[in-house]
Amino acid sequence: MENQWFTISVYSENQVGLLNRISGIFLKRHINIESLNVSKSEIENISKFTIVVHTTERWTRHIVSQIEKQVEVIKAFYHRDDETIYQESALFKIASNLLFDERQIQNIIKDSHAQIVTVSREFFVLAKTGRRHEIDEMHQKLEPFGIMQFVRSGRIAVTKTEMRISAMLEEFQHA
Amino acid sequence: MEPVKELKKTTESPKSIRVTGAEAIMHCLIAEGVDVLYGYPGGAIMPVYDELYKFQDDLHHVLTRHEQGAIHSAQGYARVAGKVGVAMATSGPGATNLVTGLADAQIDSTPVVCITGQVPRHLLGSDAFQETDIIGISTPVTKWNYQITRAEEIPDILAKAFFIARSGRPGPVLIDITKNAQFDELDFVYTPCKGVRSYNPAPKTSEDSLRKAAEMINSAKKPYIIYGQGVILGNAEEELTTFVEKTGIPAAWTILGLSAMDSDHPLNVGMVGMHGNYGPNVLTNECDLLLAIGMRFDDRVTGNLETYAKQAKIIHFEIDPAEINKNVEVDLALLGDAKDTLSRLIPLVAKNSHPEWKAEFDKKYEEEYAAVIERDLLPQKEGLTMGEVIAQINKASEHKAVIVTDVGQHQMVACRYAKFKESKSNITSGGLGTMGFALPAAIGAKMGAMEREVVAVIGDGGYQMTIQELGTIFQTKTPVKIVVLNNDFLGMVRQWQELFFDKRYASTIMTNPDFVKIAEGYHIKARRVTERSDLAEAVAEMIASDEAYFLEVKVEKEDNVFPMIPSGASVSDIRLK
Repeated sequence: MENQWFTISVYSENQVGLLNRISGIFLKRHINIESLNVSKSEIENISKFTIVVHTTERWTRHIVSQIEKQVEVIKAFYHRDDETIYQESALFKIASNLLFDERQIQNIIKDSHAQIVTVSREFFVLAKTGRRHEIDEMHQKLEPFGIMQFVRSGRIAVTKTEMRISAMLEEFQHA
Repeated sequence: MEPVKELKKTTESPKSIRVTGAEAIMHCLIAEGVDVLYGYPGGAIMPVYDELYKFQDDLHHVLTRHEQGAIHSAQGYARVAGKVGVAMATSGPGATNLVTGLADAQIDSTPVVCITGQVPRHLLGSDAFQETDIIGISTPVTKWNYQITRAEEIPDILAKAFFIARSGRPGPVLIDITKNAQFDELDFVYTPCKGVRSYNPAPKTSEDSLRKAAEMINSAKKPYIIYGQGVILGNAEEELTTFVEKTGIPAAWTILGLSAMDSDHPLNVGMVGMHGNYGPNVLTNECDLLLAIGMRFDDRVTGNLETYAKQAKIIHFEIDPAEINKNVEVDLALLGDAKDTLSRLIPLVAKNSHPEWKAEFDKKYEEEYAAVIERDLLPQKEGLTMGEVIAQINKASEHKAVIVTDVGQHQMVACRYAKFKESKSNITSGGLGTMGFALPAAIGAKMGAMEREVVAVIGDGGYQMTIQELGTIFQTKTPVKIVVLNNDFLGMVRQWQELFFDKRYASTIMTNPDFVKIAEGYHIKARRVTERSDLAEAVAEMIASDEAYFLEVKVEKEDNVFPMIPSGASVSDIRLK
């Protein structure tokens, strides 16, 4: 089986230590987590982990069932890229004088639909949301001018299909 | 599993009482039906031990000689009694000494609750004396764990701990309790846990799947059952036997499934796996339908997966959805508790028999008997074999003993030759292969079934890993019987060195102490046997003893366990020599 990109979505209770428990499942199989995001979900008090891995579907299936087995996990899914709507965010911190000295930077900002978050005497900050390759492209264009700081978030994703978490929680409660 | 007992020493009404966290722990344990627990005191758990002193009429605390001994005892107790075992330790080294037992209980699905003390909340993360992150350390080897930092959390968290440990696929739970939470007071009310919203312990098989399974079973020509510990954990022994008898399907055990069926049942055909029986292994690759009941296709059972039962349709009876298609892709999964699934399936299957197919097992048994079994059980050579010792234990105990084994050659021989009438009789470290398991596990096993004979069978290597627990046996006067099969070698590793490493016996030769004297130092009756002529009488004397008894049997130094599936080979390539 070939390695592919998979987005694993985990709905869970918000519990200290659960991140450790979940990351341990990857560690045990010597699989690298390419990106990780934890946030609240559409359901009150339920957290959502979005984890991206590059591995085989078989391993992904195993990992997902091991994650789902954890007591505080309600449900875990995995999806291929074409089954989700996904994005990442990035911040670029750049010296302010460049904005005036290098006209090209203004074009990069315009072309990439990036936002200027803040401007001070010393630096300005650009925010870019999009696919990984779009952010990488922008990074490549800005790099020659000098980037003071760069950070990119983990992937966040929603699926095209419905997630029946609320129904599932009700079923558990009535079981 | 066990019903929750009435809360003792507290109010009958749900009115709360004001108690310290440490006292609340006592009430929780009593409410969960705990009567014995194993542990070792220390600084961070002292308030709890102070309460144990006051509650000693209700809770029997056994002081082991090492925390590893405590958790293995709790495991032995859990597996024989079918209840949750409890172990207790202090923070730091006390807690880390539990880790091997946690890993063992996790892989062998044993319900255990461990309570560890922790430094006070305000010192967490400060590298305080005996502070260690036991939650972080134990996470991969527990079904669930939790750190309590406030006394008010104690009743609900302990209730949840017991529920999680025993429900679904059982496993170990560790609860770490900071010292301030033991000292602080709370308004105590105990409500047993009935469910956790994010956790579905036992999925249920649909009628549709059962009908499909019945069709497959009814039309199979060479069906074959492999049963594992899921049958025992699910209390499905009767259902398994009924199912086997109605369908006439030959059934083989995994080492943890052993004793779920009467050893002498004509359709109980032997053991699968690396040192299992010849027929059960070879015929795995000849059956047309494989029913895997409460087992998890461990690599020691399957050998090379590329050549494992490829010709057969496979039905997997399993409580844990994560086991389905994990190692072996199956044609049908019957998710759920073995008792529920089997009892619903029995009415759907046709009464049947498969005499020709069964005869193939008998024929293979005869081959194995001639090549291996006869030599093991009725040896002509001078040196004593491990097999004949097990046969004598069978005879003297009339197949009624609980046999607790360690890890290595003696374990494989015991699992091959021990005979059982009753379930929960074979206690061994299967998945983890923990040397040092048997002696402390036997203490717990005896306390879990005082009316039964408990015989620990241990190699000279593993025995010395937890030999200090002789002190626990002496102090508690627990009448366990201990047989050390001494070949002055780490026998299983030596066997591999002989077969696969040109007899380079790297660090497998043991220069052993006088085991009889050591046992006598603990005032345990002890005897050594070196001659065949003394064996039967010595084993009989041991079984007849009302108190603990140590028997060392000097066995042949370089015997090998056969049959054997070499590591990575196919089950059909099993070697008889």
